[in-house]
Amino acid sequence: MASAELSSRVPPVVSRPRRDSTASWPLIDRIGYWLCWASGIGLCVVAAAIVLFMLVKGISYLKPSLFFESPAPSLHQSQAGGFLDPIVGTFIVTAIGILIAAPAGVALAAWMSEYGRPSWLARGLESAIETIAGIPSIVLAIFGLLIFSQGFLGFLSQRANDGTVTGQSFVVAGIVMSLLALPLVFGATREALSQLPGRMREASFALGKTRATTIRRVLLPSIRPGIASGVVLGMGRIIGDTAIIVILLGATLKNEPQGSVPLLNTLRGTGSTLTTYVYGDSPAGEGNAPQKAYAAAFMLLMIVLALNALVTRLTSGRREAASPAMRLAARMPWSR
Amino acid sequence: MPPPVRRIAVDREPYIAPRPAGNGAARAALAPRPFTARPPAAQVRERMSIESVWLAYGDNWVVRDVSLPVRQGEVLALIGASGSGKTTLLRSLNRLTEITDGAARSGRISLDDQEIHELEVNELRRRVSMVFQQPNPFPMSIFDNVAYALAERPGRGGRRRRRTPELEHAVADSLNRAGLYAEVGDDLERSALRLSGGQQQRLCIARALAAGPEVLLLDEPCSALDPISTATIEELIVGLRESVAIVIVTHNLQQAFRVADHVAFMHLGELVEYGTSTQVFDRPTQQRTRDYIGGAFG
Repeated sequence: MASAELSSRVPPVVSRPRRDSTASWPLIDRIGYWLCWASGIGLCVVAAAIVLFMLVKGISYLKPSLFFESPAPSLHQSQAGGFLDPIVGTFIVTAIGILIAAPAGVALAAWMSEYGRPSWLARGLESAIETIAGIPSIVLAIFGLLIFSQGFLGFLSQRANDGTVTGQSFVVAGIVMSLLALPLVFGATREALSQLPGRMREASFALGKTRATTIRRVLLPSIRPGIASGVVLGMGRIIGDTAIIVILLGATLKNEPQGSVPLLNTLRGTGSTLTTYVYGDSPAGEGNAPQKAYAAAFMLLMIVLALNALVTRLTSGRREAASPAMRLAARMPWSR
Repeated sequence: MPPPVRRIAVDREPYIAPRPAGNGAARAALAPRPFTARPPAAQVRERMSIESVWLAYGDNWVVRDVSLPVRQGEVLALIGASGSGKTTLLRSLNRLTEITDGAARSGRISLDDQEIHELEVNELRRRVSMVFQQPNPFPMSIFDNVAYALAERPGRGGRRRRRTPELEHAVADSLNRAGLYAEVGDDLERSALRLSGGQQQRLCIARALAAGPEVLLLDEPCSALDPISTATIEELIVGLRESVAIVIVTHNLQQAFRVADHVAFMHLGELVEYGTSTQVFDRPTQQRTRDYIGGAFG
């Protein structure tokens, strides 16, 4: 049937959904309402400004050669090399950190949510994780230095000629970084486990499966997207941290291997990541190569935005992750 | 300690159903159906026995002094109002009550004359499997759902078994017994969550059968399903009683009448009446059974 013909038979429309007019609201509500609008727009402007500014500044200084050259301290920006080493450094630290944090976080969350006995231990673990999540990373870094400069842990970093242990290396930085990522992996896994219906566990028990088999074969595979988003959030946290790199990796511009065993010498050596590279090259640091700093900061921003997009993708379809703002709020310390 | 036992007097006087007048509608719905005419199973033998069982959650005794036989070749239906303890009794048969804190039992439940508490719990649950009210397939493929139940024996860990022809055959066989293979056989890699509710429930039955159980417990298996799926599953239940002993909890009296050989009516944790389904529905000896069946409460 033609739609024109159909609409001619419909009596006049008397009601359509209409946006609330605020005219009838009390003044205080109207002020509050417009303040919400204003701050919402303001925040969007700030976010857009950051991305646009970094885009403009970053792209104009970004050259392919930057990715293949090591930093070379120089008075002239044009001779200061690229950020190959910091990119490799970021990759190494993130890999070490997440390789420790992911299995540990998932295992702790599974124990907590599926066993949780004795309850004093479960309560203790919960406060421990909350505490670690709340500790500023600089404090973690200083604590890490205290621990890893002990003589018997010298094999993880380097020993100076007089026998003192520096406590600075990729391994050490990665280990301490894992503490940053752990609460995020733990939180995401536990949240996902708590949302699984109890009848899924019952179904498995009723087939004569043990709790451990149920966790490994049914529960954890079911929450893969949740675990993955926790892991990606944790990686973002590690990539973005500066304090631990400055203190536990030495923040030397170039990666400086120690010893002659390949790979191992790099892991025991010092180096830098994109964050410390940005700091070092910015006018605040000693490098005085702001163009390189902008380019590296742009890289950093892109990596973190890509990771966030990945989280959105992994969690899409789950209601609570529908909006970017809610996801952001879930990352904040107070929501844990 | 359980509170003192109040025995239920059993009067043997036959109950003559009132003619249509009062609760006629309920009676008409229970009128004989083709199912009642079905012959008894060739072999009937007792597999489980429940003897003076008391069950509690905390201080609350929800099942009081119940004794029942569970026989292979028969379907036993537990009927009764909400809160009558029938689901708790059912769950105690494979010790699934134990995953709830504070659950306690007294009395004896035995499987082939062995107290179930002396059996290893996962071994028991493989022998006494269960299907739940809500279809609860795992979020994996149809094949994996069934293969998971088949997979491991204790001691060999939970490793994913290699996909051998034997495994594939066993999965297909279980699906076939649950009457599902004809519908899904062409694509077993499909996610189980994409099946319809009735198919999901039959998948759960297939999964439960794959474990090779001797007793199958069904907790209101059709309450979330439409009438056509319900009819399919009821037919399946009746067909299965030869090979496994079946206990079904149901709120649906017609269903109990259609599928069960014996019916146990429970009220507030007590077993009020037990008998063959024709006996309980047509000539109940207890006033409370008459009231419940007639729709006076429930």
